[in-house]
Amino acid sequence: MLSIKDLYVSIDGNEILKGINLEVKPGEIHAIMGPNGSGKSTLANVLAGKEEFEVTQGEVTYMGEDLLEMAPEDRATSGLFLSFQYPVEIPGVPMVNFLKTAVNQHRIARGEKELTAGEFLKLMREKKEMIDMDTQLTNRSVNEGFSGGEKKKNEIFQMALLEPKLAILDETDSGLDIDALKTVAHGVNALKTPNNATIIITHYQRLLDYIIPDHVHVLYKGRMVKSGGRELALELEEKGYDWVKQENALQ
Amino acid sequence: MSVITEKADLSLKYAAHYNEVKESLREGSPQIMNDLRGTALQDFIRQGIPTRKVENYKYTNLQPSFTPEYEFIHQRITTEVDLNAIFRCDVPQLDTHLAFVSNGWFYENNRQLSELPEGVLLGSLEKMATEQPGLLAKFATLASTADDPMVALNALYAKDGYFLYVPRNARVEKPIQLINLLQSENDTFVTQRNFIHIEEGAHVKLILCDHTMNLNKYLSNSVTEIFVGQNASLEYYALQNHHNNSASINSVFIHQERDSTANTLYSTLHGGLIRNNLKFILDGENAEANLYGMAFIDRQQHVDNFTQVIHAKPHCQSNQIYKNVLDDESTGAFSGRIHVVRDAQKTNAFQRNNNLLLTDKALMQTKPQLIIDADDVKCSHGATIGQIDEDALFYLRARGIEEKMARLMMMNAFTHEVIQQVKVEPLRDRIDELVDKRLRGEMARCHDCAYNCES
Ligand SMILES: Nc1ncnc2c1ncn2[C@@H]1O[C@H](COP(=O)(O)OP(=O)(O)OP(=O)(O)O)[C@@H](O)[C@H]1O
Ligand SMILES: [Mg+2]
Repeated sequence: MLSIKDLYVSIDGNEILKGINLEVKPGEIHAIMGPNGSGKSTLANVLAGKEEFEVTQGEVTYMGEDLLEMAPEDRATSGLFLSFQYPVEIPGVPMVNFLKTAVNQHRIARGEKELTAGEFLKLMREKKEMIDMDTQLTNRSVNEGFSGGEKKKNEIFQMALLEPKLAILDETDSGLDIDALKTVAHGVNALKTPNNATIIITHYQRLLDYIIPDHVHVLYKGRMVKSGGRELALELEEKGYDWVKQENALQ
Repeated sequence: MSVITEKADLSLKYAAHYNEVKESLREGSPQIMNDLRGTALQDFIRQGIPTRKVENYKYTNLQPSFTPEYEFIHQRITTEVDLNAIFRCDVPQLDTHLAFVSNGWFYENNRQLSELPEGVLLGSLEKMATEQPGLLAKFATLASTADDPMVALNALYAKDGYFLYVPRNARVEKPIQLINLLQSENDTFVTQRNFIHIEEGAHVKLILCDHTMNLNKYLSNSVTEIFVGQNASLEYYALQNHHNNSASINSVFIHQERDSTANTLYSTLHGGLIRNNLKFILDGENAEANLYGMAFIDRQQHVDNFTQVIHAKPHCQSNQIYKNVLDDESTGAFSGRIHVVRDAQKTNAFQRNNNLLLTDKALMQTKPQLIIDADDVKCSHGATIGQIDEDALFYLRARGIEEKMARLMMMNAFTHEVIQQVKVEPLRDRIDELVDKRLRGEMARCHDCAYNCES
């Protein structure tokens, strides 16, 4: 589904990603962990198509296509979804307009009929229940005045509406209370099929108690320095990153 | 009709022209207008057509607009064309009292005026001032020829315009819609003088649509004086939609008494050069003024909103929000002056000007000015000039919304705050639609009339 080969990324001349390799197959859940500033969000944003980042080397194929050649909106409509670490507030753009446009753009790309206002509201109601989203929030402008946790929940709500093939969740768990964490995890699990995949970027093992990863990777200073199974996350939780850093320094 | 031919200094040229035609200007004009002309001439010559060295016109160069040879229309021209038949409203729900003003002259065959509530008078200023001068006791008391050369020039040439009188406690439910048409065989200089008096406890909504009928050059210089009585209210919507080869200078003066409310909203989509002078005097306690404006301009358009709010009495409130989207090489200016006079305590005055520049060549100048002579006041002002928020744009695109549409959403969002201030719902929907079309780069006009009307 997703294949990243030897990816190098810079911003303003600073090299942030230094040779990333990652293979994600349908049905898999990957977790990426790593200390602050190691490049996790950079990777997520490059995959979503943020233009400020310059890919200096390497390639990324997504569903058989050259992902790096695609516009952000085309990546999205072909099923790639990024749950932002810091969702932006867009005053003046009503949530409902935004969501309906997004859903319909996805449908147009798939050659489906656009939803009418009524059909859309019905879909929205359904998904709101699923992740326990407050109606009051969808009556506002996009993320405007949302609390940190509400913003994260809103990301998952959008994910539920758009039903992506590959979801990248960038620290979606940070800022969520215990109950919200469970609902979000439940939402992610409910949306899981053998055909889609998820990349979870997180600092905490806790989320991985609810969403069981098939693979865990450690990103450090722009490199994937360690990969393993679920137990790697537990080990990190216990020992912190020092041992990884030391190991890496020895190499 | 006469044409200016001399090529002397611009201001002198206009003064000389006035001297040449003054007899025909005086002829048939009401006394109160003729009485102004002498002083107006002196005031105009003293001030001249402003260059950019004049502080109040620093950001707008009027000179080029005065250079072409214009025709003046000193006599009411009785048209055979029935304007009522030419124009038909295309906003199904926008039910208004419709009247036309053509080249500054109130159109005599307006229909529907009979439906106005009892005592409400809408008509030609020239006629009203001749027939009922008593209703114009306050004429020219707000618009001083000494302070602004464009007001002086207006007084010099003024012959007609619209007159509106709303008697005590009258409530005009349907908005009054005035369509200002510029339509002439030749490049034309248009002068329009308007007068509105809203008596105590009366309420009225006014929709003004400016429109050019052909591509001739027009220079329009209008002055409007508005008196809002105690506890009365005014909603004033100006929809500016001249073609880009025209220039218009609009000076509106609003005097408010105790407990009154006046809201103005300028929506500028088309027009070559537009200068809006707007001066409020809050002259009674608890008066409230809201000034809104938005402009979407491109190519070489220029829009300058120049506001002055004078808090003359305590406990008044004023609020200004002006938003501009500038594309291509367009230029804009906003100057907002708030003056709180001594003893106008407990004043609340707020002002904001936000601008979105879509290119590197677009230019916006913004100048707030607070003059505060009282000590217990709340005043704030803010201005921003920026580009579209790239992070927000990326967020929308990352949800599958294509770039062009995402930009549109962002621009619509930008002006949303102003559009939602339009309290006449069908008008708001219409403006929304026109703005959307404008942003998409389509002509935001109907076949003939820029707003609501089609042939
Ligand atoms: N726009 C930018 N300009 C300059 N440096 C940047 C920019 N964006 C990211 N960086 C730098 O790139 C590095 C990686 O940042 P990134 O956000 O990818 O880290 P992260 O692994 O997601 O960290 P965290 O766990 O704190 O979210 C950091 O050192 C950061 O300062
Ligand atoms: Mg991050």
